[in-house]
Amino acid sequence: MNKYAHVINIGIQNTLVYRMNFLFRSAFSLIPLFATLSLWRAIYAGQTGPVAGYTLAQMTSYYLVVTIVDSLTAVTEDDWQIAADIKDGNISQFLLKPIDYLTYRLCLYSAGRLIFTVCAVVPVTLFVLAQRKNFVLPADVSTVAWFAVSLVLTGLLQFFISYTMALLAFWVVEVSTFIFILFAFEYIAGGHLFPLDILPAGALRALEYTPFPYQLFFPVNIYLGRVTGSALYLGLLTQAGWVLAAYCLARVVWSRGVRHYSAVGG
Amino acid sequence: MPSPKLHSTAEADRGLSSSQPGAGLRRYGTIYAALWRNSVVREMGFKTNFILWIVVEMLWFALQITFMAVIYRHTDRIGDWSKWQVVFLMGTSHLIQQLFTALFLVNCVQVSEHVRTGRMDFFLLLPVNTRFLLSLRQIDLGAFVNAGTAIAVMCYAGSQLSLAPTFGQVFAFLILCAGGLLVHYSLMFLLTSVSFWTVKAQGIVWGYYNLFNLARLPDAAFRGGFKVFFTFVLPMLLVSNVPAKVIIKKLSSPGDAALLLLLAAICFVVSEFGWRRSVRRYTSASS
Repeated sequence: MNKYAHVINIGIQNTLVYRMNFLFRSAFSLIPLFATLSLWRAIYAGQTGPVAGYTLAQMTSYYLVVTIVDSLTAVTEDDWQIAADIKDGNISQFLLKPIDYLTYRLCLYSAGRLIFTVCAVVPVTLFVLAQRKNFVLPADVSTVAWFAVSLVLTGLLQFFISYTMALLAFWVVEVSTFIFILFAFEYIAGGHLFPLDILPAGALRALEYTPFPYQLFFPVNIYLGRVTGSALYLGLLTQAGWVLAAYCLARVVWSRGVRHYSAVGG
Repeated sequence: MPSPKLHSTAEADRGLSSSQPGAGLRRYGTIYAALWRNSVVREMGFKTNFILWIVVEMLWFALQITFMAVIYRHTDRIGDWSKWQVVFLMGTSHLIQQLFTALFLVNCVQVSEHVRTGRMDFFLLLPVNTRFLLSLRQIDLGAFVNAGTAIAVMCYAGSQLSLAPTFGQVFAFLILCAGGLLVHYSLMFLLTSVSFWTVKAQGIVWGYYNLFNLARLPDAAFRGGFKVFFTFVLPMLLVSNVPAKVIIKKLSSPGDAALLLLLAAICFVVSEFGWRRSVRRYTSASS
């Protein structure tokens, strides 16, 4: 186990180099966020009462919590790096050493998220404070606890899905288009653009059979207190199920990929 | 630097020494034609990838439109914009953005790489305007296909609004789109000039590119400092709002149109100034 602690340590040191980059990135991403919030404010200005079951405060909070969850769990560089490792033959060394590539990558991902979160804390907190009039806090401690559990599951799910996608590099030379296509689906079906329950009921029901809502929408909903009771437990179980499924898929794809691997340039 | 391009640029240079008036323009025309030929050859080398990138762009465009469609299930207006007016605006914005991608994006992103590797030497030595060559080297043909999608969406939205634009309106629209394109290009090129000061400019360039998405949104949604900043400093809220408003007859006064063209001219002059100052700082990196 000790060797993976080393990996995390190395990961932290490597990503610290990008701290300014992370700070800029999280600060820049607040501008489109502000634009989206302004758009909603203009919509609420033309109406009386809630829109699609959300008050203005709830809608604003939705996007703010999305930003927080995203900072904590989004996969940014890892999939590109994994694909590059495979393409350039760098993974040969992992096949020879007593180290598990998936665990190794998971350690690096956690280290990267840790550093990103530390960098993003200042701009995101300032932004949330500026919007505090419309920011709702979680109802009680158990909500916070379940939110945290769901957040960890979200992180794992995001990671395993991106990891599996990056492993496509065993078969195709250029994976970036596939990564972008997947990202597009995650973006809309995960709830980045808008809360999924403002969709027509049929579309929402269909999405619930995919892992996408559990990558973002579900934890945000827990935070906002929109899932409670048995729906909460069922949702967490489903989310855990998706994590397990994604993990198994990642393992299977890896073992098949390695058999296909030809160590180009390695 | 792939050698075929080198070769054909040199070839284009051969007919230069003629001193007729207009020869300069013709010469640059010939060079640009050669750059186009190279880009076509290069793109056709990766056909699957070429098509997949078009799919990616269409998907993201569809996604943005879905966002608006979902919002308009719950409201009739954003400010004073109706659903199809916003769709028309998104089409305009997508058109300008894709034309920018087709002509300039890759070239702008690559500048910092040229500085870092010292390949800039080569561009400075060629007997052509360096900025011309750096800005227009590669043409992204797939983006023209996406610009076509944008026009199709605009036509559909236009028919939903039962618009019948006059020739004059279409002409004004095209001029204003060109102005918007010039704003995007000038600001982006100004930012790439930063790479002469720090090698990390690529991050800044991508950060700025994200701001392009602001241009899709109706200006009526914004107020206060945000609106002032993105109208007068980084005119994202003019770039596609003004041309779109000409066609959908929302333009209240010609003032906005004049402002867009004026800001486009200012942006271009400022970027030329910034570029000249930056290139003076260049110290080769290789050798």
